[in-house]
Amino acid sequence: MYQSQAAIGITNSQKNPPLEECVWPADALNNIPDWVYTSQANYDREIERIFRADTWNFVALEAEIPNPGDYKRGYVGSTAVVVARAEDNTIAVFENRCAHRGAEFCRANQGNTKEFVCPYHQWSYDLKGNLQGVPFKRGINKVGGMPPDFKNSDHSTRQLRVTTRNGVIFATYSDKTPPLEEYLTKEIVDEFDVAFPGKKLKILGYCRNELPCNWKMYHENLKDPYHATLLHSFLVVFGLLVPGIKSIVFADKEHGRHGFMASSKPDQIYATVAENDKAEMRSFSDNLRLKDERFLDFVREFESPWSANMMTVWPNLIVQRQMNTLGVRQIIPNGPNSMVMQWTMFGYEDDTPEMTRHRLRQGNLMGPSGFLGLEDNEALKFVQEGLRQSSTDNNVLKLDSGYVGTTRNLISEACIRSLYEHYRSVMDIRVAERAA
Amino acid sequence: MRIQLAYTTPAVSPARATQLRPEIESFHVEYCAVLDANDIERWPDFFSADATYRITSRENASLDMPVGLVYCEGRDMIVDRALAVAHSQMFAPRHMLHVLGIPRVLEEDGATIRAQTPFILMQTLIEGPSTIHLCGVYHDVFVRQEDRLLIARREVVYDTQILDTALAYPV
Repeated sequence: MYQSQAAIGITNSQKNPPLEECVWPADALNNIPDWVYTSQANYDREIERIFRADTWNFVALEAEIPNPGDYKRGYVGSTAVVVARAEDNTIAVFENRCAHRGAEFCRANQGNTKEFVCPYHQWSYDLKGNLQGVPFKRGINKVGGMPPDFKNSDHSTRQLRVTTRNGVIFATYSDKTPPLEEYLTKEIVDEFDVAFPGKKLKILGYCRNELPCNWKMYHENLKDPYHATLLHSFLVVFGLLVPGIKSIVFADKEHGRHGFMASSKPDQIYATVAENDKAEMRSFSDNLRLKDERFLDFVREFESPWSANMMTVWPNLIVQRQMNTLGVRQIIPNGPNSMVMQWTMFGYEDDTPEMTRHRLRQGNLMGPSGFLGLEDNEALKFVQEGLRQSSTDNNVLKLDSGYVGTTRNLISEACIRSLYEHYRSVMDIRVAERAA
Repeated sequence: MRIQLAYTTPAVSPARATQLRPEIESFHVEYCAVLDANDIERWPDFFSADATYRITSRENASLDMPVGLVYCEGRDMIVDRALAVAHSQMFAPRHMLHVLGIPRVLEEDGATIRAQTPFILMQTLIEGPSTIHLCGVYHDVFVRQEDRLLIARREVVYDTQILDTALAYPV
């Protein structure tokens, strides 16, 4: 897809073990081995057991394809798909691969069409991905052409199951994936519905960047409240998240794979931070003040105790709500050492022009140049670079040791533990036996 | 805020465009020199008090989407961005190099000049290769104040479909 690290991106073979050598350390809850982020064999199994298995993958927002014939390119895992709205108003998701010779036939990012035609040999597909026409199917003067038993219906694109909730579209390869609400679990659905209450969305724009890190690091980052007050000095200085404010890091109760990190910002703009907390935060500065404070206005538009909520929906969706800036981010895995992040920023159709501008101004927090977004991208890159070549091969996960799942404590890695408990089970990863 | 991406004939005569071009080039040269020197806190000096500044993709511009990687309304927001980059943000050390093409003068209306200038932005990370980080076009509105030009509106429209990791500095 894209790889910014082509020039220096070499992984030691020791960090790229075959599956039989992918064994988790005995103290499984408190450690993560490096191969989880660097093994090609493990990555290939993730595609098979996670992205193409019993998971609902985010593919698009309905507001992007409001009319029959509207389509957009998308991804399920790393596989290119087309998301289209058919004449009967249903939404179809199918692989962007011609059933004939494999060409990725849909080349535009989005548009409106009556059919898809592969440019190579002009096989044509309808808006649900069904094969419609094969040129010269019966040959010329009955010479050549397809055999008599060739049926178009046997040669459609690979079609996925589709579901939607309040304007958000998901797809799955599996017949066994449970209904979305059951898949998400109740508390996740309740938080999901805050940003997606069923109101019509208004798309404000896109951006895309490659992060030279393993795709799971992005999930971990949003289950890791420890970094938030240390890495993001902007958050702390401007009072968006300070040690001691009301917050939660939630993991779904059934699998511990979905989750959210939410906080409730105090009303004053600038933070009051206790002296002993300040001493723990090297990047903290008391002197920064904004010249344009509109940026930090919080219009209370949601019925929610949280002014910010970053939600992770396994395996590929992040729902971003930081005060009034809203967006979805799709994780597109791109090999063990790279991922592409696709950001879609939105508001609501009934927003006033001033509310839209407010969302856009606050959007400076997020994205590849965001006051917060930039720092996560950089930090995750440092991690991947650090573990590709090092002689040691373990990550320590001991904050709040002994706890797994939801916590109200910011100095905790309990939700990362619950994610990897689930991960080890679906990936069928062996845990080393404890030394006697 | 609609951005004109399709070709349109300039509303300024070739002779007048030739007179204005060096003035715009002088502006660009100093603007880029400040950014290429990583002297980010001087960057707001190139903007008028009510200037707008936005960095967005060509895809957004063609769909008329208003979002920006960087979105500033007014010089105060531009100053805030500069201070945040200089004093609050964590990112790997890097050098940026702006390479600009020929400014195209489109319109002159009193003290206001509309122009477009293509750019390539190179990035060199410590221990990294020099890469083309962004390429695109500045869509500018300049305003003449006393004897110098200031940006009243700059839309940085980039072609780059997938940005490498992050964009730390303004363009």
